[in-house]
Amino acid sequence: MRYLPLTDADREQMLAVIGVKTVDDLFVDVPNAALLKSLVDLPRAQGELEVHRRLQRLAEKNTPAGRTAFFLGAGAYRHHVPASVDHLIQRSEFLTAYTPYQPEIAQGTLQALYEFQSQVAQLLDVEIANASMYDGSTACAEAAMMAARVTKRKKIVFSGGVHPHYVDTARTACEAQGLEIVALPAAIDDEAAVAKELSADVAAVVVQSPNLFGTVTDLTQIGEAARGAGALMVATFTECVAFGLIEPAGAYGADIVCGEGQSIGNALNFGGPYVGLFGVREKYIRQMPGRVAGETIDADGKRGFVLTLSTREQHIRREKATSNICTNSGLCQLAWTIHMTLLGEKGLRQLATLNHEKAIELADALAKVKGVEVLTERFFNEIAVKLPKPAQEVVDTLAARGVIAGVAMSRLNPRAGMDDVLIACATEMNTDEDIAAYAKALQEALQ
Amino acid sequence: MTPPTTSGNRGLLQAEPLIFETGHATGAGVDLPEPKGAPTKLNGLTRKAALDLPGLSEPETMRHFVRLSQKNYAIDLGLFPLGSCTMKHNPRLNERAARFEGFADLHPLQPVATVQGALELMDELAHWLCTLTGMPAVALSPKAGAHGEFCGMLAIKAALEARGEGRRKRVLVPSSAHGTNPATAAAAGFTVDEIPARDDGRVHLDDVKAKLGPDVAAIMITNPNTCGLFEPEIRRIADAIHEAGAYFYCDGANYNAIVGKVRPGDLGVDAMHINLHKTFSTPHGGGGPGAGPTVLSAALAPFAPVPHIVLRGRTRELREHAHGTQAFGRMCAFHGQMGMFTRALAYMLSHGSDGLRQVAEDAVLNANYLLARLKPHFSAPFGERPCMHEVLLDDSSIKPKGVETIDMAKALLDEGYHPFTTYFPLVVHGAMLIEPTETEPKRELDRFAEVMIALAGRVNAGEVEFFKQAPKLTPMRRLDDTRAARQPKLRWRRGDNSAGARQAAE
Repeated sequence: MRYLPLTDADREQMLAVIGVKTVDDLFVDVPNAALLKSLVDLPRAQGELEVHRRLQRLAEKNTPAGRTAFFLGAGAYRHHVPASVDHLIQRSEFLTAYTPYQPEIAQGTLQALYEFQSQVAQLLDVEIANASMYDGSTACAEAAMMAARVTKRKKIVFSGGVHPHYVDTARTACEAQGLEIVALPAAIDDEAAVAKELSADVAAVVVQSPNLFGTVTDLTQIGEAARGAGALMVATFTECVAFGLIEPAGAYGADIVCGEGQSIGNALNFGGPYVGLFGVREKYIRQMPGRVAGETIDADGKRGFVLTLSTREQHIRREKATSNICTNSGLCQLAWTIHMTLLGEKGLRQLATLNHEKAIELADALAKVKGVEVLTERFFNEIAVKLPKPAQEVVDTLAARGVIAGVAMSRLNPRAGMDDVLIACATEMNTDEDIAAYAKALQEALQ
Repeated sequence: MTPPTTSGNRGLLQAEPLIFETGHATGAGVDLPEPKGAPTKLNGLTRKAALDLPGLSEPETMRHFVRLSQKNYAIDLGLFPLGSCTMKHNPRLNERAARFEGFADLHPLQPVATVQGALELMDELAHWLCTLTGMPAVALSPKAGAHGEFCGMLAIKAALEARGEGRRKRVLVPSSAHGTNPATAAAAGFTVDEIPARDDGRVHLDDVKAKLGPDVAAIMITNPNTCGLFEPEIRRIADAIHEAGAYFYCDGANYNAIVGKVRPGDLGVDAMHINLHKTFSTPHGGGGPGAGPTVLSAALAPFAPVPHIVLRGRTRELREHAHGTQAFGRMCAFHGQMGMFTRALAYMLSHGSDGLRQVAEDAVLNANYLLARLKPHFSAPFGERPCMHEVLLDDSSIKPKGVETIDMAKALLDEGYHPFTTYFPLVVHGAMLIEPTETEPKRELDRFAEVMIALAGRVNAGEVEFFKQAPKLTPMRRLDDTRAARQPKLRWRRGDNSAGARQAAE
């Protein structure tokens, strides 16, 4: 077996040094009945070529996004990732390193984490960011739980614009802790509705901008209302490229800003791994979940970085920890940092503007199709459109014609009563031809 | 210390400032088309907050991150014997497969007709995990080990509630457990009742029985445990737990020791997460991403979180909503860590049933070989019996001479090794937990053993200062953790005037 270096001669020698006859003598503590006498019923070892071929065939049964005219977002976005990003994250020293618990030999990972935290804080306009979460949905759930810890209150109100998977993820996690989730009915442009739910037992209102339907919202008044009621404003997002063009939630006074970072540096990967971004006010850092890197000095007085504030974490605090999280999203976070370094302010602004312009072109093209109504008024790169037919039917029809039209709201939330609503997005990846092909296919499907 | 250089570089090791200290707002390593300047549809909500994000050209970016990378230790560089972390070789075929366009360029919400191969891959991974563990079902979506623990404990909670026994709130956790276990139990709304450690490092049936009662929801046991031992009474403990109406959560972090040799299902396990980034070789990536699929017994399977893959004829479909099912909810958006699923399946297919059994055997053999070589020179608290895939030493024989576990770890840094896990498990004072894994050749083990033995010799020779000064040869000397925690500086800010920034400017 190509990954196992021991030879039979090695094994014999080693058993002799240990002083046992067979390797099973080392499994003496396993109850005899539980020690398998034969191999489990699975195929035997295969060479690299065979495994490559088998997986290649599975891959070929899929239709990659790049082979279609592709307009699907709703939590994961298709962007161009520079070739250097994937090359760098595959360097052995990043790829095959562990969590930087020995900082003297992990400064590469640690400095990159510190740079990531700084970039995220700049992008979201927050005071402090952590070293990443699993993804946007789990980051949002952690934010809800953190708000409950900070305020010592139990109710969390989600706007009707938050991604339904995010609401479901938070509901699952929060209800286990005895917290109450109030999820407002799906609404294309009504983040402010959360303010009406504020009361003395509300820990946080959770809003999203751009929201599921693409709507961009000024969150200032929601934040003020929340503060006035002693609650936090948690602002989530699924498309972080937006903040190269639109005002980030930190600037609107959000107490926790969290969401998905996949758009920068990371491929679609059928849903994961992704990278959750998480920013908070400095005064809350001791309630913040997840790892964080901080600056310090070494014994020679040189600047260096370490994981810090670990007294919040499970390996120290055990059942009193702020979260059970151990793993972060290291390599995806590194990809994010590298891509963001290549973009810089200039590149990010340009990328965001391009996305917005493509989405305007898409909205204009779809609006011209008979029976189609664009529902989103202020958007970044994603829009909701109303169709004269069930949206899932249209998505399936167009997919067969090589157009991935977006996602039907009925798939994300079958009980929203929005079966005729389609959510579509455009990015820098879409050509004018893609947009024309989409409009044409839609027109024909609706005839 | 060798004299300072003018550049701050030290041979191949380049000094490297922060991107914020070299990049600038107009620098960029991308060439994008100029926007057309069309009017926006934002009704004035454009960004006013400064971005102030530094940009670097591609060559500068390459150098920056390559220079950083060279300050990292990695498995590809040498033995990485971190106990409980299973730092094994990461096959590069796995990386290639995960990047196949047909997997990497798939959106999780594409119409299911266009992702049949991806769903088939997930089903096949599930089949391997279930067959290996002897369990009927698996929830693939948890994103890491602790997330898998959370999934398992929520399934237990849902099963108890379905039985009308939601009042069961107490979860038994041995004091040797990973910190994630009690943290997870608490996160799932349970209270933690600790089973104190015994001198032999094992969980005893009598201790478990003494804690059982009608309010016990579950026990969380790591097996093999964090002392590197297989729990000999595990089957009887499982039976006692079940008789008391509770469930058995097994922490699968140490599954590498028994994969293909023992099926957790045969031990009475109700739920166990599997760290694909440990046993199944997906890269640790400096701290993630992981993946924590969680196998479930027949009693818990109905409560598995969505999404579920449903086979209709020859087509696979996705059930994405818990409403109207017994599923306890959803762990995360979409379907889990697909990129890790592809890598793990590539690893499984490569090893096969025979290779996976060999993995466990070689991992255990390597650990016992190190134990045999080190035992005469160090205190090995449970060393009278064979260990599983990791060797537990402690500093009781060296501490009276002035050298502790942390000093031994730092001395290993100068010898070019990543140290063992230090001070864990907590039940052994000054623990040094060594997990070589099966991907180490004998000569690497011999070399490591010789280094450890030589260090023990230096302790005996009274060279305390040598240890206290270590490391001297690493890119950084010992870092001041206390300072980092007392005066947290967690980000760069413009106008930064910290000691580090001043030093970088000099």
